Amino acid sequence: MSNDTRIPLQPVWDQPDTSRIPFKVYTDEQTHQQELEKLFYRNHWCYVGLEAEIPEPGDFKRTVIGERSVIMVRDNEGMINVVENVCAHRGMRFCRKKHGNAKELVCPYHQWNYDLKGNLQGVPFRRGVKQDGEVKGGMPKDFKPAEHGLTQLRVAQRGGVVFASFDENVEPFEEFIGPQMLHYFDRLFNGRKLKLLGYNKQRIPGNWKLMQENIKDPYHPGLLHTWFVTFGLWRADNRSELKMDEHHRHAAMISTRGQGGKNAQTTNVSSFKEEMKLNDPRFLDVEVEPWWNGPTAVMMTVFPSVILQQQVNSVSTRHIQPNGHDSFDFVWTHFGFEDDTPEMTERRLRQANLFGPAGFVSADDGEVIEFSQEGFEQKPFHRSLAELGGREIEETDHMVSETLIRGMYEYWRKQMEV
Amino acid sequence: MNSTTMNMEIYLQLTQFYQDYAAAVDAADWDSWIEMFADDCTYRIQSRENHERNLPMAALSLDGKGMLKDRIYGITETIFHDPYMQNHVIAAPRILGLSPDLIEAQANYAVFRTKNDGIAQVFNVGRYIDRIRQTADGLRIESRICVFDNDMILNSLIYPI
Repeated sequence: MSNDTRIPLQPVWDQPDTSRIPFKVYTDEQTHQQELEKLFYRNHWCYVGLEAEIPEPGDFKRTVIGERSVIMVRDNEGMINVVENVCAHRGMRFCRKKHGNAKELVCPYHQWNYDLKGNLQGVPFRRGVKQDGEVKGGMPKDFKPAEHGLTQLRVAQRGGVVFASFDENVEPFEEFIGPQMLHYFDRLFNGRKLKLLGYNKQRIPGNWKLMQENIKDPYHPGLLHTWFVTFGLWRADNRSELKMDEHHRHAAMISTRGQGGKNAQTTNVSSFKEEMKLNDPRFLDVEVEPWWNGPTAVMMTVFPSVILQQQVNSVSTRHIQPNGHDSFDFVWTHFGFEDDTPEMTERRLRQANLFGPAGFVSADDGEVIEFSQEGFEQKPFHRSLAELGGREIEETDHMVSETLIRGMYEYWRKQMEV
Repeated sequence: MNSTTMNMEIYLQLTQFYQDYAAAVDAADWDSWIEMFADDCTYRIQSRENHERNLPMAALSLDGKGMLKDRIYGITETIFHDPYMQNHVIAAPRILGLSPDLIEAQANYAVFRTKNDGIAQVFNVGRYIDRIRQTADGLRIESRICVFDNDMILNSLIYPI
């Protein structure tokens, strides 16, 4: 890319590969609108929640796909449906509660009511009003309620996790995830019932892709996050692998905790603190669980909407909810498993202190995303660099590589046709 | 109200304690902040959503002074973040229970955040739900749960509320 300081009019990607990323992909509102259409509303499965959030018939949760409000609801047959939160009549975003239990979905404006699958059941005064022996007003005789339901999304459930898509022609969920990533998905969600522990929510003033990149970037955790490097949770000398699906859109960073402490790897790492000792070691009271099958951390990015986290005993989903090109809401849903002992639940809750908006580790990530966005906005004609580990896209057996970021942008360019 | 009757002295003492707390966190005087807690204390910052739905998750959940010290080490030494000032406005406490050695009280709070190049923002608004011990050395927090109304934390929450 040239050092020309004019802002280009067209989306620009004048490099043959994706080792350079134009700042404009983070700063352009039109690009953002296209991303919503091409990545969130078409062709992709997006995360909506966990089955455990709506255990009973009538339970619902309001959430979003991209920037469209949707309702995930369990019907009387126990099936999970996802419908768009826009009334078929006058378009009102009618559901205001974040969660609850309902027998039907009703828009208060004119009391159009829908069953828990989103089918229109009733329209007040459909047949008009009787006055002086005459029927006045009402809907035309050819009005067909069946044609005026809520927008019903396609739904996929696996291992207690619910995804949905506005796209009727989206490929089957298992194909979307791909066999390589499905292996890691099933490792975490292996059929045990999930137990909801609660939420952490933060509004991060940065482009949503930066969050995907953050979890496709194994370079930073051992440098930015003092806790990770000092206690050996994530650092360059840990045994690790970087894997992708065949399209390079989803990825997993897989790592096994080392011993921590000082060695050749830490001598150049300023965030390493040899003298750091916890006053209360319960923050890192790790208990190995059988389902791990080795790795102590698997961080999985499912493009475009969610990150699935296992960091030792802390397991969560992190839902990416864009609002504009320069901001997204980041919703963490922490959970455990039905067979967890009270001690394990306690452990998961304690280790959650490392994560989320106040986390010993994750607070850093929100901050660097905010400051990256500031850098992009001030010189949108510029580009960032992602060539650690080369300019190619390949799986690795180490973490000193930005290959997953290059892979994501290869896919992004194909989808966005730039 | 429990057995002991409220008197002006206890109310003034408690009010002063709350204002001392605000002054300590606003001045980033973390040693004083830690000393306001009992050794076996509980300190949580939890969203109202989790609190009202009886979900145990909290943005921060610390038990015992050791964890408080580790948090302070984190915010001063290990967490990378934009520096900011805090300004706490704590409403008059509401005493809900009183016994010779324990005060159960609540107080609304608003925390304004001002970054280095910035203008004060409403950062966190909520309510303290407290159990405060009356000890020979003065009042000490046995348990403080900061239940905040904000649905979203504005990016990161670094300092104690």
